[in-house]
Amino acid sequence: MAAEKRVVFRSAWLPWALLAPQAAVIAVFFYWPAAQTVLQSMQQSDAFGTSVEWIGLQNFANLWDDPTYLASFSTTAIFSILVAGFGITLSLLLAVFADRVVRGTTFYRTLLIWPYAVAPAVAGVLWLFMFSPSIGVVAYALRMVGFEWNHLLNGTQAMALIVMAAVWKQLSYNFLFFVAGLQSIPKSLIEAAAIDGAGPWRRFWTIQFPLLSPTTFFLLVINVVFAFFDTFGIVDAATSGGPGKDTSILVYKVYYDGFKALDLGGSAAQSVVLMVLVVTLTVLQFRFVEKKVNY
Amino acid sequence: MVERRPALGLLAHAVLILGVVVVALPIYITFVASTHTAEEIVQVPMPMLPGGHGLDNYTTALLGGGPGAGSTAAVGRMMFVSLVTALVITFGKIAISLLSAFAIVYFRFRFRMFFFWAIFVTLMLPVEVRILPTYKVVADLGMLNSFTGLTVPLIASATATFLFRQFFLTVPDELVEAARVDGAGPMRFFIDVLVPLSATSIAALFVIQFIYGWNQYLWPLLVTTQESMYPVVIGIKRMIAGGDSQNQWNLVMATAMLAMIPPALVVILMQKWFVKGLVDTEK
Repeated sequence: MAAEKRVVFRSAWLPWALLAPQAAVIAVFFYWPAAQTVLQSMQQSDAFGTSVEWIGLQNFANLWDDPTYLASFSTTAIFSILVAGFGITLSLLLAVFADRVVRGTTFYRTLLIWPYAVAPAVAGVLWLFMFSPSIGVVAYALRMVGFEWNHLLNGTQAMALIVMAAVWKQLSYNFLFFVAGLQSIPKSLIEAAAIDGAGPWRRFWTIQFPLLSPTTFFLLVINVVFAFFDTFGIVDAATSGGPGKDTSILVYKVYYDGFKALDLGGSAAQSVVLMVLVVTLTVLQFRFVEKKVNY
Repeated sequence: MVERRPALGLLAHAVLILGVVVVALPIYITFVASTHTAEEIVQVPMPMLPGGHGLDNYTTALLGGGPGAGSTAAVGRMMFVSLVTALVITFGKIAISLLSAFAIVYFRFRFRMFFFWAIFVTLMLPVEVRILPTYKVVADLGMLNSFTGLTVPLIASATATFLFRQFFLTVPDELVEAARVDGAGPMRFFIDVLVPLSATSIAALFVIQFIYGWNQYLWPLLVTTQESMYPVVIGIKRMIAGGDSQNQWNLVMATAMLAMIPPALVVILMQKWFVKGLVDTEK
Protein backbone atom coordinates (compact mmCIF):
# COMPACT_ATOMS: atom_id res chain seq x y z
CA MET A 1 0.00 0.00 0.00
CA ALA A 2 1.34 3.37 -0.96
CA ALA A 3 1.80 5.80 1.88
CA GLU A 4 1.11 8.74 -0.43
CA LYS A 5 -1.52 9.49 -3.05
CA ARG A 6 -0.21 10.32 -6.50
CA VAL A 7 -3.32 12.26 -7.42
CA VAL A 8 -4.25 15.01 -4.98
CA PHE A 9 -6.50 18.04 -4.82
CA ARG A 10 -5.14 21.56 -4.70
CA SER A 11 -6.40 24.20 -2.34
CA ALA A 12 -4.65 26.70 -0.12
CA TRP A 13 -7.28 26.86 2.60
CA LEU A 14 -9.48 23.74 2.36
CA PRO A 15 -7.16 21.25 4.12
CA TRP A 16 -6.76 23.65 7.03
CA ALA A 17 -10.51 24.06 7.32
CA LEU A 18 -10.98 20.30 7.22
CA LEU A 19 -8.44 19.77 9.98
CA ALA A 20 -9.64 22.65 12.14
CA PRO A 21 -12.27 20.83 14.27
CA GLN A 22 -10.02 17.93 15.25
CA ALA A 23 -7.01 20.22 15.72
CA ALA A 24 -9.01 22.51 18.01
CA VAL A 25 -10.26 19.62 20.15
CA ILE A 26 -6.85 18.04 20.59
CA ALA A 27 -5.16 21.37 21.28
CA VAL A 28 -7.68 22.53 23.91
CA PHE A 29 -8.54 19.22 25.57
CA PHE A 30 -5.42 17.09 25.07
CA TYR A 31 -2.20 19.03 24.59
CA TRP A 32 -2.93 22.03 26.79
CA PRO A 33 -4.02 19.89 29.79
CA ALA A 34 -1.18 17.44 29.21
CA ALA A 35 1.32 20.31 29.24
CA GLN A 36 -0.34 21.66 32.39
CA THR A 37 0.00 18.26 34.00
CA VAL A 38 3.72 18.17 33.32
CA LEU A 39 4.10 21.75 34.66
CA GLN A 40 2.05 21.08 37.77
CA SER A 41 4.04 17.96 38.50
CA MET A 42 6.99 20.26 39.17
CA GLN A 43 5.06 22.76 41.27
CA GLN A 44 3.61 22.84 44.72
CA SER A 45 0.39 24.73 45.29
CA ASP A 46 -2.15 24.85 48.08
CA ALA A 47 -5.65 23.52 47.57
CA PHE A 48 -7.05 26.93 46.58
CA GLY A 49 -4.37 27.64 43.98
CA THR A 50 -3.38 30.93 45.65
CA SER A 51 0.30 30.17 46.02
CA VAL A 52 2.39 28.28 43.52
CA GLU A 53 5.95 27.29 44.17
CA TRP A 54 8.42 25.79 41.72
CA ILE A 55 9.95 22.70 43.26
CA GLY A 56 11.48 20.78 40.37
CA LEU A 57 11.40 17.04 40.78
CA GLN A 58 10.45 17.14 44.45
CA ASN A 59 6.96 15.73 43.78
CA PHE A 60 8.48 12.72 42.08
CA ALA A 61 10.94 12.24 44.94
CA ASN A 62 8.00 12.41 47.36
CA LEU A 63 6.18 9.73 45.37
CA TRP A 64 9.25 7.54 45.49
CA ASP A 65 9.37 7.92 49.28
CA ASP A 66 5.63 7.42 49.70
CA PRO A 67 4.91 3.85 50.83
CA THR A 68 1.22 4.13 49.83
CA TYR A 69 2.24 5.04 46.27
CA LEU A 70 4.63 2.11 46.02
CA ALA A 71 1.91 -0.10 47.50
CA SER A 72 -0.49 1.19 44.84
CA PHE A 73 2.08 0.29 42.19
CA SER A 74 2.36 -3.27 43.40
CA THR A 75 -1.45 -3.50 43.79
CA THR A 76 -1.79 -2.45 40.15
CA ALA A 77 0.91 -4.90 39.06
CA ILE A 78 -0.75 -7.81 40.87
CA PHE A 79 -4.15 -6.76 39.56
CA SER A 80 -3.04 -6.54 35.93
CA ILE A 81 -1.10 -9.82 36.06
CA LEU A 82 -4.15 -11.61 37.47
CA VAL A 83 -6.56 -9.98 35.00
CA ALA A 84 -4.33 -10.67 31.99
CA GLY A 85 -3.44 -14.20 33.16
CA PHE A 86 -6.93 -15.42 33.95
CA GLY A 87 -8.54 -13.47 31.12
CA ILE A 88 -6.22 -14.87 28.47
CA THR A 89 -6.22 -18.46 29.76
CA LEU A 90 -9.99 -18.72 30.09
CA SER A 91 -10.74 -17.08 26.75
CA LEU A 92 -8.14 -19.24 24.99
CA LEU A 93 -9.78 -22.33 26.47
CA LEU A 94 -13.21 -21.21 25.25
CA ALA A 95 -11.88 -20.19 21.84
CA VAL A 96 -10.14 -23.53 21.27
CA PHE A 97 -13.34 -25.41 22.03
CA ALA A 98 -15.44 -22.97 20.00
CA ASP A 99 -13.06 -23.63 17.10
CA ARG A 100 -13.75 -27.35 17.49
CA VAL A 101 -17.52 -27.40 17.46
CA VAL A 102 -19.09 -27.63 14.04
CA ARG A 103 -22.60 -26.53 14.84
CA GLY A 104 -23.66 -23.65 17.04
CA THR A 105 -20.55 -21.49 16.66
CA THR A 106 -22.56 -18.31 16.05
CA PHE A 107 -24.87 -19.18 18.90
CA TYR A 108 -22.01 -19.52 21.38
CA ARG A 109 -20.23 -16.50 20.02
CA THR A 110 -23.30 -14.30 20.42
CA LEU A 111 -23.78 -15.45 24.00
CA LEU A 112 -20.13 -14.93 24.87
CA ILE A 113 -19.43 -11.52 23.33
CA TRP A 114 -22.00 -9.22 24.83
CA PRO A 115 -20.29 -8.51 28.20
CA TYR A 116 -18.14 -6.23 26.04
CA ALA A 117 -21.15 -3.91 25.98
CA VAL A 118 -21.43 -3.69 29.77
CA ALA A 119 -19.92 -0.56 31.31
CA PRO A 120 -17.06 -1.31 33.73
CA ALA A 121 -18.90 0.56 36.49
CA VAL A 122 -22.04 -1.53 35.89
CA ALA A 123 -19.94 -4.71 35.92
CA GLY A 124 -18.57 -3.57 39.28
CA VAL A 125 -22.09 -3.09 40.66
CA LEU A 126 -23.26 -6.51 39.45
CA TRP A 127 -20.36 -8.35 41.04
CA LEU A 128 -20.66 -6.28 44.20
CA PHE A 129 -24.29 -7.33 44.45
CA MET A 130 -23.52 -11.04 44.00
CA PHE A 131 -20.71 -10.98 46.53
CA SER A 132 -22.20 -8.60 49.07
CA PRO A 133 -21.35 -10.16 52.47
CA SER A 134 -24.84 -9.64 53.90
CA ILE A 135 -27.19 -10.22 50.93
CA GLY A 136 -25.08 -11.57 48.04
CA VAL A 137 -26.13 -14.89 46.55
CA VAL A 138 -22.60 -16.09 45.90
CA ALA A 139 -21.39 -14.93 49.30
CA TYR A 140 -24.25 -16.93 50.78
CA ALA A 141 -23.35 -20.01 48.74
CA LEU A 142 -19.74 -19.70 49.86
CA ARG A 143 -20.83 -19.45 53.48
CA MET A 144 -22.88 -22.64 53.06
CA VAL A 145 -19.76 -24.52 52.02
CA GLY A 146 -17.87 -23.07 54.96
CA PHE A 147 -16.02 -20.19 53.31
CA GLU A 148 -16.42 -16.85 55.01
CA TRP A 149 -16.59 -14.12 52.36
CA ASN A 150 -16.27 -10.50 53.37
CA HIS A 151 -14.45 -8.29 50.91
CA LEU A 152 -15.23 -5.26 53.07
CA LEU A 153 -12.75 -6.53 55.64
CA ASN A 154 -10.47 -8.81 53.67
CA GLY A 155 -8.17 -7.11 51.15
CA THR A 156 -7.35 -10.31 49.28
CA GLN A 157 -11.03 -11.01 48.74
CA ALA A 158 -11.63 -7.44 47.59
CA MET A 159 -8.84 -7.92 45.04
CA ALA A 160 -10.41 -11.23 43.96
CA LEU A 161 -13.73 -9.43 43.48
CA ILE A 162 -12.38 -6.75 41.14
CA VAL A 163 -10.28 -9.32 39.26
CA MET A 164 -13.37 -11.45 38.63
CA ALA A 165 -15.39 -8.46 37.46
CA ALA A 166 -12.57 -7.29 35.18
CA VAL A 167 -11.94 -10.75 33.70
CA TRP A 168 -15.66 -11.22 33.10
CA LYS A 169 -15.82 -7.88 31.33
CA GLN A 170 -12.73 -8.48 29.17
CA LEU A 171 -13.39 -12.15 28.36
CA SER A 172 -15.44 -11.42 25.24
CA TYR A 173 -12.75 -9.23 23.73
CA ASN A 174 -10.00 -11.82 24.21
CA PHE A 175 -12.29 -14.57 22.99
CA LEU A 176 -13.02 -12.82 19.68
CA PHE A 177 -9.33 -12.26 18.97
CA PHE A 178 -8.43 -15.85 19.76
CA VAL A 179 -11.24 -17.18 17.57
CA ALA A 180 -9.99 -14.98 14.70
CA GLY A 181 -6.42 -16.11 15.36
CA LEU A 182 -7.37 -19.79 15.33
CA GLN A 183 -9.32 -19.38 12.10
CA SER A 184 -6.31 -17.86 10.39
CA ILE A 185 -4.19 -20.97 11.01
CA PRO A 186 -4.21 -22.99 7.77
CA LYS A 187 -6.34 -26.11 8.05
CA SER A 188 -3.75 -28.04 6.03
CA LEU A 189 -1.23 -27.73 8.88
CA ILE A 190 -3.64 -29.27 11.35
CA GLU A 191 -4.63 -32.00 8.90
CA ALA A 192 -1.02 -32.88 8.12
CA ALA A 193 -0.27 -33.20 11.81
CA ALA A 194 -3.37 -35.36 12.30
CA ILE A 195 -2.28 -37.69 9.50
CA ASP A 196 1.09 -37.97 11.20
CA GLY A 197 -0.77 -39.21 14.24
CA ALA A 198 -0.73 -36.13 16.45
CA GLY A 199 -3.77 -35.97 18.71
CA PRO A 200 -5.71 -32.79 19.51
CA TRP A 201 -3.72 -32.14 22.70
CA ARG A 202 -0.38 -32.45 20.93
CA ARG A 203 -1.58 -30.42 17.94
CA PHE A 204 -2.64 -27.62 20.23
CA TRP A 205 0.75 -27.34 21.92
CA THR A 206 2.92 -27.84 18.85
CA ILE A 207 0.92 -25.98 16.18
CA GLN A 208 -1.92 -23.81 17.39
CA PHE A 209 -0.39 -22.38 20.52
CA PRO A 210 2.93 -21.31 18.91
CA LEU A 211 1.13 -19.84 15.89
CA LEU A 212 -1.17 -17.91 18.21
CA SER A 213 1.76 -16.30 20.00
CA PRO A 214 1.44 -12.93 18.19
CA THR A 215 -2.24 -12.79 19.18
CA THR A 216 -1.42 -13.80 22.74
CA PHE A 217 1.27 -11.15 23.02
CA PHE A 218 -1.04 -8.50 21.58
CA LEU A 219 -3.79 -9.47 24.03
CA LEU A 220 -1.31 -9.40 26.89
CA VAL A 221 -0.52 -5.75 26.15
CA ILE A 222 -4.19 -4.86 25.60
CA ASN A 223 -5.22 -6.57 28.85
CA VAL A 224 -2.53 -4.78 30.82
CA VAL A 225 -3.69 -1.45 29.34
CA PHE A 226 -7.26 -2.40 30.21
CA ALA A 227 -6.32 -3.32 33.78
CA PHE A 228 -4.32 -0.11 34.22
CA PHE A 229 -6.70 2.42 32.73
CA ASP A 230 -10.17 1.09 31.97
CA THR A 231 -10.93 -0.54 35.29
CA PHE A 232 -11.47 2.70 37.19
CA GLY A 233 -15.24 2.18 37.02
CA ILE A 234 -15.02 -1.37 38.35
CA VAL A 235 -12.85 -0.34 41.30
CA ASP A 236 -14.87 2.76 42.12
CA ALA A 237 -18.19 0.89 42.00
CA ALA A 238 -17.16 -2.38 43.65
CA THR A 239 -14.64 -1.48 46.36
CA SER A 240 -13.83 2.28 46.17
CA GLY A 241 -10.20 1.30 46.61
CA GLY A 242 -10.85 -0.41 49.92
CA PRO A 243 -10.65 -1.98 52.38
CA GLY A 244 -8.03 0.53 53.46
CA LYS A 245 -6.03 1.03 50.26
CA ASP A 246 -5.93 -2.64 49.29
CA THR A 247 -7.52 -2.20 45.87
CA SER A 248 -6.43 1.36 45.21
CA ILE A 249 -4.90 0.96 41.75
CA LEU A 250 -2.83 3.80 40.24
CA VAL A 251 -5.64 5.42 38.26
CA TYR A 252 -7.88 5.34 41.31
CA LYS A 253 -5.16 6.94 43.40
CA VAL A 254 -4.62 9.74 40.85
CA TYR A 255 -8.33 10.49 40.98
CA TYR A 256 -8.50 10.25 44.75
CA ASP A 257 -5.42 12.36 45.47
CA GLY A 258 -6.42 14.99 42.92
CA PHE A 259 -10.14 15.32 43.52
CA LYS A 260 -10.67 14.14 47.08
CA ALA A 261 -7.37 14.90 48.81
CA LEU A 262 -6.66 17.95 46.57
CA ASP A 263 -2.95 17.26 46.35
CA LEU A 264 -2.47 18.86 42.92
CA GLY A 265 1.28 18.48 42.56
CA GLY A 266 1.31 14.88 43.76
CA SER A 267 -1.61 13.94 41.52
CA ALA A 268 0.06 15.60 38.52
CA ALA A 269 3.33 13.77 39.21
CA GLN A 270 1.39 10.49 39.33
CA SER A 271 -0.25 11.43 36.01
CA VAL A 272 3.17 11.96 34.45
CA VAL A 273 4.28 8.52 35.63
CA LEU A 274 1.12 7.06 34.07
CA MET A 275 1.85 8.95 30.85
CA VAL A 276 5.27 7.29 30.65
CA LEU A 277 3.58 3.91 31.20
CA VAL A 278 1.04 4.49 28.40
CA VAL A 279 3.76 5.52 25.99
CA THR A 280 5.74 2.37 26.82
CA LEU A 281 2.70 0.14 26.38
CA THR A 282 1.68 1.82 23.13
CA VAL A 283 5.17 1.42 21.69
CA LEU A 284 5.09 -2.27 22.68
CA GLN A 285 1.73 -2.65 20.98
CA PHE A 286 2.99 -1.12 17.74
CA ARG A 287 6.15 -3.18 17.77
CA PHE A 288 3.78 -6.11 17.70
CA VAL A 289 1.91 -4.71 14.70
CA GLU A 290 5.13 -4.41 12.72
CA LYS A 291 6.00 -7.96 13.62
CA LYS A 292 2.63 -9.19 12.49
CA VAL A 293 3.06 -7.58 9.08
CA ASN A 294 6.30 -9.47 8.44
CA TYR A 295 4.90 -12.62 9.91
CA MET B 1 -12.93 -30.77 12.06
CA VAL B 2 -10.01 -33.03 11.40
CA GLU B 3 -11.13 -36.31 12.89
CA ARG B 4 -14.25 -37.71 14.49
CA ARG B 5 -13.98 -37.78 18.24
CA PRO B 6 -17.51 -37.68 19.62
CA ALA B 7 -16.27 -37.53 23.22
CA LEU B 8 -14.16 -34.47 22.50
CA GLY B 9 -17.04 -32.83 20.63
CA LEU B 10 -19.24 -33.40 23.63
CA LEU B 11 -16.59 -31.97 25.94
CA ALA B 12 -16.33 -28.90 23.68
CA HIS B 13 -20.07 -28.28 23.98
CA ALA B 14 -19.95 -28.86 27.72
CA VAL B 15 -17.12 -26.37 28.22
CA LEU B 16 -18.81 -23.76 26.01
CA ILE B 17 -22.15 -24.17 27.77
CA LEU B 18 -20.41 -23.83 31.11
CA GLY B 19 -18.71 -20.68 29.80
CA VAL B 20 -22.00 -19.23 28.59
CA VAL B 21 -23.66 -19.99 31.94
CA VAL B 22 -20.87 -18.38 33.96
CA VAL B 23 -20.89 -15.33 31.69
CA ALA B 24 -24.67 -15.05 31.89
CA LEU B 25 -25.02 -15.68 35.64
CA PRO B 26 -24.46 -12.07 36.80
CA ILE B 27 -27.05 -10.86 34.30
CA TYR B 28 -29.55 -13.52 35.33
CA ILE B 29 -29.19 -12.59 39.00
CA THR B 30 -29.53 -8.91 38.10
CA PHE B 31 -32.68 -9.65 36.14
CA VAL B 32 -34.18 -11.72 38.96
CA ALA B 33 -33.37 -9.02 41.51
CA SER B 34 -35.01 -6.41 39.31
CA THR B 35 -38.34 -8.29 39.51
CA HIS B 36 -38.66 -8.51 43.30
CA THR B 37 -39.39 -6.02 46.06
CA ALA B 38 -36.49 -4.61 48.06
CA GLU B 39 -37.60 -6.62 51.11
CA GLU B 40 -37.56 -9.90 49.20
CA ILE B 41 -34.01 -9.29 48.00
CA VAL B 42 -32.50 -8.57 51.40
CA GLN B 43 -33.77 -11.90 52.66
CA VAL B 44 -30.92 -14.36 52.67
CA PRO B 45 -30.77 -16.13 50.30
CA MET B 46 -32.64 -14.01 47.80
CA PRO B 47 -35.10 -15.81 45.52
CA MET B 48 -33.55 -17.33 42.40
CA LEU B 49 -36.63 -17.19 40.19
CA PRO B 50 -38.16 -14.02 38.70
CA GLY B 51 -40.84 -12.42 40.84
CA GLY B 52 -43.90 -10.37 40.00
CA HIS B 53 -42.76 -6.83 40.71
CA GLY B 54 -40.79 -6.27 37.54
CA LEU B 55 -43.19 -3.76 36.04
CA ASP B 56 -43.41 -1.74 39.27
CA ASN B 57 -39.64 -1.62 39.66
CA TYR B 58 -38.91 -0.54 36.11
CA THR B 59 -41.62 2.11 36.20
CA THR B 60 -40.38 3.48 39.54
CA ALA B 61 -36.79 3.49 38.32
CA LEU B 62 -37.62 5.19 35.03
CA LEU B 63 -39.79 7.88 36.58
CA GLY B 64 -37.69 8.35 39.70
CA GLY B 65 -38.87 9.40 43.14
CA GLY B 66 -38.74 5.90 44.62
CA PRO B 67 -37.57 5.25 48.16
CA GLY B 68 -33.90 4.72 48.91
CA ALA B 69 -30.99 6.27 50.74
CA GLY B 70 -29.08 7.27 47.61
CA SER B 71 -30.05 9.23 44.54
CA THR B 72 -33.66 8.76 43.44
CA ALA B 73 -33.47 10.72 40.20
CA ALA B 74 -35.47 9.55 37.20
CA VAL B 75 -33.57 6.95 35.19
CA GLY B 76 -35.60 7.90 32.11
CA ARG B 77 -33.82 11.26 32.06
CA MET B 78 -30.46 9.53 32.62
CA MET B 79 -31.09 7.20 29.68
CA PHE B 80 -31.79 10.25 27.57
CA VAL B 81 -28.55 11.92 28.72
CA SER B 82 -26.59 8.73 27.99
CA LEU B 83 -28.16 8.32 24.57
CA VAL B 84 -27.49 11.93 23.51
CA THR B 85 -23.94 11.75 24.89
CA ALA B 86 -23.16 8.45 23.18
CA LEU B 87 -24.60 9.56 19.84
CA VAL B 88 -22.87 12.96 19.86
CA ILE B 89 -19.54 11.35 20.76
CA THR B 90 -19.97 8.65 18.10
CA PHE B 91 -21.03 10.89 15.22
CA GLY B 92 -18.67 13.65 16.31
CA LYS B 93 -15.69 11.32 16.30
CA ILE B 94 -16.65 9.81 12.96
CA ALA B 95 -17.28 13.21 11.33
CA ILE B 96 -14.15 15.03 12.43
CA SER B 97 -12.00 11.97 11.77
CA LEU B 98 -13.36 11.61 8.23
CA LEU B 99 -12.56 15.28 7.57
CA SER B 100 -9.05 15.07 9.04
CA ALA B 101 -8.21 11.88 7.19
CA PHE B 102 -9.49 13.40 3.95
CA ALA B 103 -7.27 16.47 4.44
CA ILE B 104 -4.21 14.38 5.30
CA VAL B 105 -4.56 11.91 2.46
CA TYR B 106 -5.90 14.04 -0.40
CA PHE B 107 -4.00 17.33 0.01
CA ARG B 108 -0.40 18.44 0.12
CA PHE B 109 0.28 21.24 2.55
CA ARG B 110 2.83 22.33 5.11
CA PHE B 111 2.76 20.56 8.46
CA ARG B 112 0.65 17.75 6.99
CA MET B 113 2.61 15.01 8.75
CA PHE B 114 2.88 17.16 11.85
CA PHE B 115 -0.91 17.13 12.15
CA PHE B 116 -1.06 13.43 11.47
CA TRP B 117 1.35 12.69 14.29
CA ALA B 118 -0.25 15.25 16.58
CA ILE B 119 -3.57 13.42 16.21
CA PHE B 120 -1.89 10.06 16.52
CA VAL B 121 -0.08 10.86 19.77
CA THR B 122 -3.39 11.65 21.53
CA LEU B 123 -3.75 7.88 21.66
CA MET B 124 -1.18 8.05 24.44
CA LEU B 125 -3.00 10.72 26.43
CA PRO B 126 -6.14 9.10 27.87
CA VAL B 127 -8.28 11.18 30.25
CA GLU B 128 -6.73 9.34 33.19
CA VAL B 129 -3.30 10.91 32.70
CA ARG B 130 -4.43 14.52 32.40
CA ILE B 131 -7.48 14.46 34.58
CA LEU B 132 -7.22 17.60 36.74
CA PRO B 133 -6.08 20.12 34.08
CA THR B 134 -8.68 18.85 31.61
CA TYR B 135 -11.31 19.31 34.27
CA LYS B 136 -10.02 22.83 34.85
CA VAL B 137 -10.21 23.71 31.13
CA VAL B 138 -13.79 22.48 30.95
CA ALA B 139 -14.68 24.37 34.14
CA ASP B 140 -13.07 27.58 32.85
CA LEU B 141 -15.01 27.29 29.62
CA GLY B 142 -18.22 27.01 31.65
CA MET B 143 -18.99 23.56 30.27
CA LEU B 144 -19.63 21.69 33.52
CA ASN B 145 -23.03 20.02 33.69
CA SER B 146 -23.67 20.44 29.98
CA PHE B 147 -23.81 18.16 26.97
CA THR B 148 -20.91 20.09 25.47
CA GLY B 149 -18.77 19.32 28.50
CA LEU B 150 -19.78 15.66 28.45
CA THR B 151 -19.03 15.14 24.78
CA VAL B 152 -16.67 17.62 23.08
CA PRO B 153 -13.54 16.81 25.14
CA LEU B 154 -13.91 13.13 24.14
CA ILE B 155 -14.57 13.73 20.47
CA ALA B 156 -11.01 13.63 19.11
CA SER B 157 -10.14 10.19 17.82
CA ALA B 158 -6.73 8.94 16.79
CA THR B 159 -8.00 5.44 16.03
CA ALA B 160 -10.81 6.64 13.75
CA THR B 161 -8.52 9.07 11.90
CA PHE B 162 -5.92 6.36 11.45
CA LEU B 163 -8.51 3.84 10.26
CA PHE B 164 -10.00 6.22 7.69
CA ARG B 165 -6.53 7.21 6.49
CA GLN B 166 -5.64 3.56 5.94
CA PHE B 167 -8.88 3.04 4.07
CA PHE B 168 -8.53 6.18 1.89
CA LEU B 169 -5.07 5.04 0.83
CA THR B 170 -6.61 1.92 -0.70
CA VAL B 171 -9.17 3.88 -2.74
CA PRO B 172 -8.00 3.83 -6.41
CA ASP B 173 -6.61 7.08 -7.78
CA GLU B 174 -8.71 6.62 -10.92
CA LEU B 175 -11.77 7.65 -8.93
CA VAL B 176 -10.23 11.05 -8.22
CA GLU B 177 -9.26 11.46 -11.87
CA ALA B 178 -12.74 10.48 -13.01
CA ALA B 179 -14.27 12.94 -10.56
CA ARG B 180 -11.95 15.67 -11.89
CA VAL B 181 -12.90 14.94 -15.48
CA ASP B 182 -16.53 15.26 -14.48
CA GLY B 183 -15.71 18.64 -12.97
CA ALA B 184 -16.29 17.66 -9.34
CA GLY B 185 -14.42 19.62 -6.68
CA PRO B 186 -12.83 18.10 -3.58
CA MET B 187 -15.91 18.41 -1.34
CA ARG B 188 -18.18 16.93 -4.02
CA PHE B 189 -15.78 13.99 -4.34
CA PHE B 190 -15.67 13.62 -0.56
CA ILE B 191 -19.44 13.58 -0.10
CA ASP B 192 -20.46 11.63 -3.19
CA VAL B 193 -17.61 9.12 -3.49
CA LEU B 194 -15.45 8.81 -0.40
CA VAL B 195 -18.09 8.82 2.35
CA PRO B 196 -20.33 6.21 0.66
CA LEU B 197 -17.28 4.02 0.04
CA SER B 198 -16.41 4.23 3.74
CA ALA B 199 -19.83 2.93 4.84
CA THR B 200 -18.50 -0.34 6.28
CA SER B 201 -15.75 1.37 8.24
CA ILE B 202 -18.26 3.90 9.53
CA ALA B 203 -20.62 1.14 10.67
CA ALA B 204 -17.78 -0.69 12.42
CA LEU B 205 -16.62 2.47 14.18
CA PHE B 206 -20.20 3.31 15.12
CA VAL B 207 -20.50 0.14 17.21
CA ILE B 208 -17.16 0.60 18.98
CA GLN B 209 -17.60 4.32 19.65
CA PHE B 210 -21.23 4.04 20.72
CA ILE B 211 -20.22 1.58 23.42
CA TYR B 212 -17.27 3.78 24.33
CA GLY B 213 -19.55 6.81 24.67
CA TRP B 214 -22.34 5.05 26.52
CA ASN B 215 -19.98 3.44 29.03
CA GLN B 216 -17.98 6.56 29.94
CA TYR B 217 -17.58 6.75 33.69
CA LEU B 218 -14.59 8.76 34.94
CA TRP B 219 -15.23 11.79 32.74
CA PRO B 220 -18.96 12.24 33.54
CA LEU B 221 -18.12 11.62 37.20
CA LEU B 222 -15.95 14.74 37.08
CA VAL B 223 -18.02 17.10 34.93
CA THR B 224 -21.56 16.38 36.16
CA THR B 225 -22.73 17.39 39.60
CA GLN B 226 -26.42 17.87 38.87
CA GLU B 227 -28.79 14.92 38.81
CA SER B 228 -30.34 16.19 35.58
CA MET B 229 -27.04 15.67 33.76
CA TYR B 230 -26.08 12.23 35.11
CA PRO B 231 -25.62 9.55 32.49
CA VAL B 232 -27.19 6.27 33.60
CA VAL B 233 -23.82 4.64 34.44
CA ILE B 234 -23.14 7.39 36.98
CA GLY B 235 -26.73 7.25 38.20
CA ILE B 236 -26.36 3.61 39.26
CA LYS B 237 -23.31 4.38 41.34
CA ARG B 238 -25.10 7.32 42.97
CA MET B 239 -28.04 5.09 43.91
CA ILE B 240 -25.79 2.93 46.08
CA ALA B 241 -25.34 5.09 49.13
CA GLY B 242 -25.93 3.29 52.38
CA GLY B 243 -25.41 -0.23 53.62
CA ASP B 244 -26.89 -3.28 51.99
CA SER B 245 -30.23 -2.99 53.73
CA GLN B 246 -30.76 0.69 52.92
CA ASN B 247 -30.16 0.36 49.21
CA GLN B 248 -33.17 -0.27 47.04
CA TRP B 249 -31.39 -3.11 45.26
CA ASN B 250 -34.45 -3.92 43.17
CA LEU B 251 -34.34 -0.43 41.65
CA VAL B 252 -30.55 -0.46 41.32
CA MET B 253 -30.74 -3.75 39.44
CA ALA B 254 -33.59 -2.53 37.22
CA THR B 255 -31.43 0.49 36.38
CA ALA B 256 -28.46 -1.79 35.68
CA MET B 257 -30.60 -3.78 33.23
CA LEU B 258 -31.73 -0.56 31.54
CA ALA B 259 -28.13 0.67 31.34
CA MET B 260 -26.99 -2.55 29.67
CA ILE B 261 -29.75 -2.96 27.11
CA PRO B 262 -28.85 -0.27 24.52
CA PRO B 263 -25.13 -1.13 24.12
CA ALA B 264 -25.86 -4.87 24.29
CA LEU B 265 -28.43 -4.48 21.51
CA VAL B 266 -25.95 -2.56 19.39
CA VAL B 267 -23.33 -5.31 19.85
CA ILE B 268 -25.71 -8.17 19.12
CA LEU B 269 -27.61 -6.61 16.23
CA MET B 270 -24.48 -5.21 14.58
CA GLN B 271 -22.32 -8.22 15.42
CA LYS B 272 -20.66 -8.39 12.02
CA TRP B 273 -19.52 -4.75 12.11
CA PHE B 274 -18.65 -5.04 15.78
CA VAL B 275 -16.13 -7.80 15.11
CA LYS B 276 -14.74 -5.91 12.12
CA GLY B 277 -14.56 -2.73 14.18
CA LEU B 278 -12.66 -4.41 17.00
CA VAL B 279 -10.15 -6.00 14.67
CA ASP B 280 -9.67 -2.86 12.56
CA THR B 281 -9.35 -0.33 15.35
CA GLU B 282 -6.67 -2.36 17.06
CA LYS B 283 -4.49 -2.80 14.00
